[in-house]
Amino acid sequence: MATRAAPESTAVEDGARIRGSPRIGTRPGWRIASLLAPAYAWLTLAVFLPLGCMLFFSVLKAAPFGNHPLAFTVENYLAFIRRPYLFDVAWTSIRIGLWTTGLCAAIGLPAAIALARATRGRARQVIFLLVILPFWTNGLVRIFSWTMVLREGGLLDGALHLVASSAPSLSLLYSFPAIIIGLVHAYLPYMVLTCYLSAAAIEDAHIEAARSLGARAPMIFWKIILPLCLPGLTSGSILIFVPVIGSFMEPRILGGRVGVTMGTVIEDQFVQAFNWPLGAALSFTMLAVVLVIFAASSRLLGRIGPR
Amino acid sequence: MTVHLSRRTFNALLGSTLGAGLVALAAPRRSAAATSEITVLNWKGYGTDEAFALKDFAAATGITVKHDYFSSEAEMLTKLRTNPGAYDVVLINSARTQQAQGEGLIDAVDLGAVPNAKDLAPSLKDHPNLQAGGKPYGVAWVWGMNSLGVRHGKVMDAQSWAIFSDPKYASRLALLDDPTTVIGIGALLTGQDINNPKDLNAVVAALKAMKPNVKLLWSSEDQWNKAFSADAFDISVYWSGAAARSIKVHNLPVDFIVPKEGAIGWLDGLSVPASSSKKPAALQFVNYMIDPKFYVTWATQAGAPASANTAAMAQLPADDLNRQIHKSEYLTKLQFMSALPDDRRQAFNDAWEEVKAFYAK
Repeated sequence: MATRAAPESTAVEDGARIRGSPRIGTRPGWRIASLLAPAYAWLTLAVFLPLGCMLFFSVLKAAPFGNHPLAFTVENYLAFIRRPYLFDVAWTSIRIGLWTTGLCAAIGLPAAIALARATRGRARQVIFLLVILPFWTNGLVRIFSWTMVLREGGLLDGALHLVASSAPSLSLLYSFPAIIIGLVHAYLPYMVLTCYLSAAAIEDAHIEAARSLGARAPMIFWKIILPLCLPGLTSGSILIFVPVIGSFMEPRILGGRVGVTMGTVIEDQFVQAFNWPLGAALSFTMLAVVLVIFAASSRLLGRIGPR
Repeated sequence: MTVHLSRRTFNALLGSTLGAGLVALAAPRRSAAATSEITVLNWKGYGTDEAFALKDFAAATGITVKHDYFSSEAEMLTKLRTNPGAYDVVLINSARTQQAQGEGLIDAVDLGAVPNAKDLAPSLKDHPNLQAGGKPYGVAWVWGMNSLGVRHGKVMDAQSWAIFSDPKYASRLALLDDPTTVIGIGALLTGQDINNPKDLNAVVAALKAMKPNVKLLWSSEDQWNKAFSADAFDISVYWSGAAARSIKVHNLPVDFIVPKEGAIGWLDGLSVPASSSKKPAALQFVNYMIDPKFYVTWATQAGAPASANTAAMAQLPADDLNRQIHKSEYLTKLQFMSALPDDRRQAFNDAWEEVKAFYAK
């Protein structure tokens, strides 16, 4: 996913390889292996081992702790058939994913283009820092501070009544928009950063050429900037969509009654019901759904993309 | 027959008895000094970690108490399963005691080593939920109710669980995100056994009917307090001990009511993990935990659920909230949560998950 998602970084690597090839080329296998080994050893350990465990759990009848004998079943993968309400839950998750990704793109892309094309030096560094700032605070703290802002009589409500004192009270907390607000806040930096990489790589000559041929700003955006930013948009969307449809903290704390997602259902299986096998099977089902969505969307993007 | 004891024999006997006594007295001290640290697994802020108690207990026995916390009962069981030997005392809801016993996670308790157990209310001390194979696997510690917690002055007609679907309270209800509790409420509403409702569909229907009223699902006392003080809801299912704390510590206008259909009772016991290597010290701590002296301080300074120790409850001031909330006449209206077989627990979980998905739709 990630390798396909970031063609512009591959281009950079290509350049590096061409420049450095004479030295690496002397004993290529050995050197490359020694450079790759630590990363891949870590990935194997950190990704495939737990995933493998979960895959194993997902075909068990009961979690393999205590005195349960091991018994295998595929029953857990029939969860969606046995529990039709899960379709509603999955749709809620996907809707949350689409809204969050869409809003991040709508807000993040202009910011990234502005950052890449209209800022220089120190100002750019400061603005960059402000983009990354949310990463420095704990996620739970961020969510709880949103509850202070969004609740009835909270900061947002208070601000509204300062401006229009007769307005009805505004309470966004425990609603679908509240979940989206919290998630967009958390994931926006990913979109800004990936789009920035694409936007910064656009050469001024392209835009100057378009201008000299009489294109106006909207046309330049539509015909040049947007297609060239597409790789960044795609990788940003993937980086955001995947964790968002599995998110459970934001829906639980900000969503109230409506905050039931695949993430919270899976979390319940692990911490409340102690049905790890079902939780694991649901996770893998979700993973499959995500892969299908990406396969479909990459084909779609490939058709409208620059090539 | 008369036995004549010479003065010397008598002295020797006296000496050896005294000596044995001294050794006996000294022995637990020595072992206490050797096992000078025990680890308790409990909810955070739930009695065992009161600062005054740890100080008191350390001063009396020389044993320091460390804590590890869980945030759900399932997590507690997970920790017991996955960290053998790490814990010496564990708080287990009596509904889970037999499950923990069945998995070999906890040991039978020798009540003889817990002198304060003599004052425990017999119905709680010998509660079937705490027993397995005729042996007690937990010491009844505190009990309470999951019942109606409503906003004082705003909700006057809380006589029945039916107000959970009363249109008057649209979007003013907070439910506990816990399958056993909500299924229990549905069972009470439909006149069934909370631990084994014959008609689960009726329970699900009763819960689904609450949808227009449900504003949020809470899962911790802190979350309840924050949302209640932010005026997010007026009626809820709440824990009796937490209600006492909300009134006393947070000055929140809470009325705690047991409605006509009854309420859900729970009983928490203290158990000793089978993998503990410091069992005598652990039992000393359990004994201290059911001591009236500890309980009265805990209940009056911080707020606590009702003690299973009758002597402790009797020592509370007459105007104490805890005494007022945990009225003895309520005990007859309670259905106590008990152990659920795996398939029924799963059915409860599935039913609640389905209801939650319906709420979110």
